[in-house]
Formats: sequence, C-alpha cells, structure tokens
Amino acid sequence: MNTTAANWDQILFVVLPYAVMFVFLLGTIMRYRKAPFTYSSLSSQFLENQQHFWGLVPFHYGIITVLSGHVIAFLIPRQVLLWNSRPLRLYVLEISALIFGLLTLVGLGGCITRRLTVSKIREVTSLLDWHVFALLLVQVASGVYVAVFHPWGSSWFASVLSPYLWSLVKFQPDLGYVAALPFAVKLHIASAYAIIGLAPFTRLVHVLVVPNPYLWRKPQVVRWYRPSRSTPGNS
Amino acid sequence: MDVRSQIAMVFHLDKCIGCHTCSIACKNIWTDRRGTEYMWWNNVETKPGTGYPTRWEDQNKYAGGWETSNGDLQLKSTSKRKVVFNIFHNPHMPTMDDYYEPWTYDYQHLFNAPEGSDQPTARPISMVTGEFINIESGPNWDDDLGGSPVYAENDPNLAGLTPEQRQQLFAVERLVFFYFPRICNHCSNPACVASCPSGALYKRGEDGIVLLDQKRCRGWRSCIAACPYKKVFFNWSTGKSEKCILCFPRVETGQAPACFHSCVGRIRYLGVLLYDASRIEEVAKLPDDQLVEGQRSMLLDPFDPAVIAGARANGVTESTIESAQKSPVYQFVKVWKIALPPHIEFRTLPMLFYVPPMSPVMSHMEEKTKEHNSEELFHDIEEARVPMKFLANLFGAGHEGKVRYALKKQKAVRWYRRALTVGDVDLAVALRMLTEADCTPEEADAIYKLTSLCSFDDRFVIPPAHREEAIQMFEDPLEHKQGAGFGFLSVPHRGM
Repeated sequence: MNTTAANWDQILFVVLPYAVMFVFLLGTIMRYRKAPFTYSSLSSQFLENQQHFWGLVPFHYGIITVLSGHVIAFLIPRQVLLWNSRPLRLYVLEISALIFGLLTLVGLGGCITRRLTVSKIREVTSLLDWHVFALLLVQVASGVYVAVFHPWGSSWFASVLSPYLWSLVKFQPDLGYVAALPFAVKLHIASAYAIIGLAPFTRLVHVLVVPNPYLWRKPQVVRWYRPSRSTPGNS
Repeated sequence: MDVRSQIAMVFHLDKCIGCHTCSIACKNIWTDRRGTEYMWWNNVETKPGTGYPTRWEDQNKYAGGWETSNGDLQLKSTSKRKVVFNIFHNPHMPTMDDYYEPWTYDYQHLFNAPEGSDQPTARPISMVTGEFINIESGPNWDDDLGGSPVYAENDPNLAGLTPEQRQQLFAVERLVFFYFPRICNHCSNPACVASCPSGALYKRGEDGIVLLDQKRCRGWRSCIAACPYKKVFFNWSTGKSEKCILCFPRVETGQAPACFHSCVGRIRYLGVLLYDASRIEEVAKLPDDQLVEGQRSMLLDPFDPAVIAGARANGVTESTIESAQKSPVYQFVKVWKIALPPHIEFRTLPMLFYVPPMSPVMSHMEEKTKEHNSEELFHDIEEARVPMKFLANLFGAGHEGKVRYALKKQKAVRWYRRALTVGDVDLAVALRMLTEADCTPEEADAIYKLTSLCSFDDRFVIPPAHREEAIQMFEDPLEHKQGAGFGFLSVPHRGM
C-alpha cells in the first residue's frame, strides 16, 4: 500500500470519526438549547399526500431496520457470528437485510422524486436538504451495492468492522481492520461519517426527538402558571 | 371534586349575520404570516354546507375525536400503539387540498402590461409556489349556499334526514341556511392534547385555554387529525402546528378576544365556568344521548359554598370565582339550558356552546294570509325550515330533546316580549307558552336582556389574569407583525 492511500485512510477512518462525533454532540446539544424551535421533522405531508406515503413509509421502515442491524452487529458481534454459523440462518439474515436495504433505496428514490417533481414541495426544500439527500443516496446505494457484491456482510461486519469501531470507542484506533476493505465499503463508512457530521445542522435532528414519553404519559397535559398547585391533574 | 376554572364561550346563532368580521379580525392579528395564509382560526360556515376544511365533521374520513370501546375512551385517529406506525405518514391528516391553496393576484401586470386590445387582468398566483394557479376552492367557497348541489347536499349533518326533508331544505322559497362561526372550543377533554406525541399541546390550568408550545412541537401532525373540529393547523412553512390561542394576551389584560370584540351581531359571550375536572373521563364515556346532560352536570354552581371552598382549595383566585358568578356563559348553558355544545358526540367536551338558531321568522299560510300563531303554540318549531333532526345532529349528538327545549324556550321568550311590547299577542297565551317551555317571566326577562340589550361588560366577564409578572405583556406585539408573531424574539424560520 502506498503512503498517500495510508494517509487518506488515516484521515477518513481515524480523524474524521472523532471530528464528526465532536461536531455531532456539540452541534445537537447547542442547537437544542439555543434554538429548540428548529427541532422538527419538517413534515411536508400537508402539501402532498400520495407520493409522501410511497416514499416516506418504505424509507423509514427500511432505514430503521437496516440501521438497527448495524447497531446490533456492533454491540453483539459474537452472537451474530454464532447465528451465522448455520448457512440457512446466514442466508435468511442476508436476504432480509438486502430486502430492507432495497426498501430504503426505493423509498429514498420516491422521496427525491417527490421533492423534484412537486412544485409545492420544492418550495419547502432547502439547499441543505439536497445535500442530505445526496449523502443519503450515496450511503444507501453503496450499502446495497456492498450487500450484493460483497456478500455475507453480517459476518464480516461482526469480525472486521465491529473491532474497528470498538477500537475507536476505546480511543485506540486500529486501522488494520479497515485498510484492506474494498472501495465500496470504505465509501459507505466515510459517507456515514459525513452524514453524522452534517446531521446537527439539518432536518435529521428529528431522529433525536422521537416521542418516547408519549407511550407512558397521561393522555391530558395541563400546565400551571402558578407554581404552588397542590393536586395533580386528573384524567 | 376537583374544581377548575375555564374561560368558556357562547355563540348565539340567532344573532349571527355572517359578516365574517370575526374572521378578518383574527386573520389580521394572528395568521398573516407565511405558512399561515390558509389558516382561519376563526371561520364562519354556512349550514347546510361542507365547511372548512371540506367535510370536517365526517370522522370516517378524518378520524377525529374520541370513541368508546369496551368501556375505554380512545382516540379515533391514534392509539399509543398506532402512533408508532402512523408517525411517518398520518393516514387521516387533511392536506392543503382539503382547505384551499392560498393565493394573491398579479397586480403588477395591471400596471406593466403592454398596450393591447384587451384589458389587462390580474391573474391569481399561489402564495405557496408563486406560480399562476386556477382557484379551485377558498375558505368560504360555499358561503350563503354558493354551489349548493355540490356542497350543501354533502353536509354530514344531513344524515338521518328523510329524502323529503332533504328536498325541502333546497326547495325554492323554502331554501334556508344559517351561519356557524367556529373557533377552537378549548375542550375539557381535548383530543389534540391527548394525541400529541411530543406533549407540546397543553391546557392551561388557570383558565383552560388550550395552547401549543411551538418549541416542543416536532411536526408529527397527530393533532391535526385528532382534533374533530379541525382547529389545529399545520404551518407548512415552519413545519409546526398552530392553533387559536383565544387571544390570551388580550384576555390576560382584560380585553375580549379579537373575534369577540369585533363581532358586529354581538353574538359572542365569554365568561368563567367552574367545573369538576375529576368527572371528565366519566362524562366523556357516557352514551350519546346522555352527553349533553352529563357535561352540564359537570359544570358547578359558583354560588354553592362547597364549590367555592373546592375552588379556593385548588387555588382558584377570588376574582375568578366572582367572575364565575357573573358569567353569562353559566346562565346560557346551565341555568337557562339554551346553549348547547357542538357535536358533543366527538367526546372532547367542548367549552364553546351555541344557542341554536330560530331564524327565519316562522309563519304559515292559512287561507291565503300569513299567520304567525296557531292553536298548537310550538307548531312552527316542529315544522321549521331547518329540520329539527339537522340541528340535533349538530348540537344534540343526534338527539332532538335538548335542541327542542332550547328552541321552545327561545320562542316562548319572543312571544312573551311581543305580548309586552307590541301587544298583538295575548299575554295569557304568552304566559302559557312560557310555562310549557319551562320558563318564568323573570327568566324570560333575563334572557331578553342578555340577548338583546347586553352591554360590552354583560357579554364579556373576563377574570383578572394575575399574571402581572408575565414578561410577554410588556412586549409590543406590533414589533413582530408579519414576522415572528407574538412571543418569539426571532423570526421562526423553517429548520436551521
């Protein structure tokens, strides 16, 4: 391997992850504290309903499943490898991962088409939104490409990328795992970092404010201006 | 007993002339910003008609409000489980097409058009895209029965009417309509609040005004579908929901809300109701035919010492209790029982009540002369041009009893006053009518006074807010006009 490539690896897979995590944490926290109004899903369903369904729904179900798969392989690589030790189970996992990856890609395509073709939606699409879409497209397309042309990713993610990511977490970055990976995989990793770095400044922050308290709070919300209020609200 | 105070409202439909002054007053103050052009927090509909947004009362389409299932009270649009699946795409949400695409006109063209053989015209331009559009609907597209075969005949309240009754509604010389002004009902069991995944919507403890915290709203859109009255709106530009705030900055400073203040027909009344919040759930679960009475029983007598003690214990201020005792709303709703909640079958327990309309003045033909009287004193209520069933669908959850009671009492008061002032009606007959309508001469005088001779202070009994320290009061709302609205220190931009 020549030195230029090694330098690039150093920048993309050691410097960049730390830089983007720093930006991500600082950016999202500062934005939440300084500009809470800007935290929103920025939904455009009100302006267009049909294509919204065919784009947003497959995209979200797809990305949530695929992303959870990545997180699981990162957290419990050993168990994933154990699961994959039987070929049939490996095939099931790989094929379902590919299906959800394709679902994400199709959904994203639907979202982008909708943004391009519906004039009302174009009105509420910013330049930054287009950057987000471009990055997501690179991310999802490279992911699907990897799934098709570099198969058994669920296994080699657990044995190659999990150790790499854990080495970053432990502040002992180990490039040994990554250096030999094919270009498509490297692209997939680098663009993931780019998305994380850009996220605090985009609409992607809506991921951080998913409404979990709703599931256990009381149906009605009452706010008292007066601080001294004895009985709690009913119903 | 959990005594709470609520700023409640009465709209007297018999007095509404459909001038839309209320809507304009509201629009000028609150919804003149980008993204809110299509919003009418206050709008006036013609009934029968499909309203705004189109067919908002049809909950098969919009799934607004609550329903009871197996003794439980549940939102029609979202249960806690369903919200997880509906969050990416809300299946019941109305879109801009259900309201209308806001527009302005290309006025410049009138000045800049090159000389030609035709008059230049100002073509309509979409206020969303800036492109030329064909106007296909507006906020009052079916005003005064405009286009009635398409609109009025699709009024969901016509359900249960016989074909004959339907035909009569639109027959020449029997044609009838009335106006139905609407704002947020500031319900005591608000579906919008219960549906909000972010907990951004809330009811103010002190006065029951339902507000939306824009800084917590994440644009999940559940409230838009959940409100059965479609009175929460989505600002398509900022990506946040907005709603009627009952002009709380005005109310807090002792002024009537803009739509109340500007009302030409003086149809609007505002006052405090004390109610038992511990009974909300129980009342909201009652069967349809008991809902009106159930809600009334939830409202408490502000003169009852036990209620006053309960109010004090809950921190309701003396001045608020005093306001509750003078409240015109309490008179209309609880004492006289002539004001009824709209569509209480949606089970949000609205705190805006309507006096059902009597108009037009009723008469019948007898041997080629118009007669205003008959042996059967209340005959014209049953034979009114607006079928009782229609009003019952609007104000009685489909049950006619409460509506008939309110109309009979109004009619009796009219005859009694006519006997006193004009004298062409036998006083004995008028008194008999009062008795039959469950009314006394004293009560009739009080109803007459509060409906016909009411002063500003009779109509609006606003409790002092005791929010002297609230900083917003000292800010100048005009500073933010057409920009931030009230309360923001920066213009709310979409995203970052």
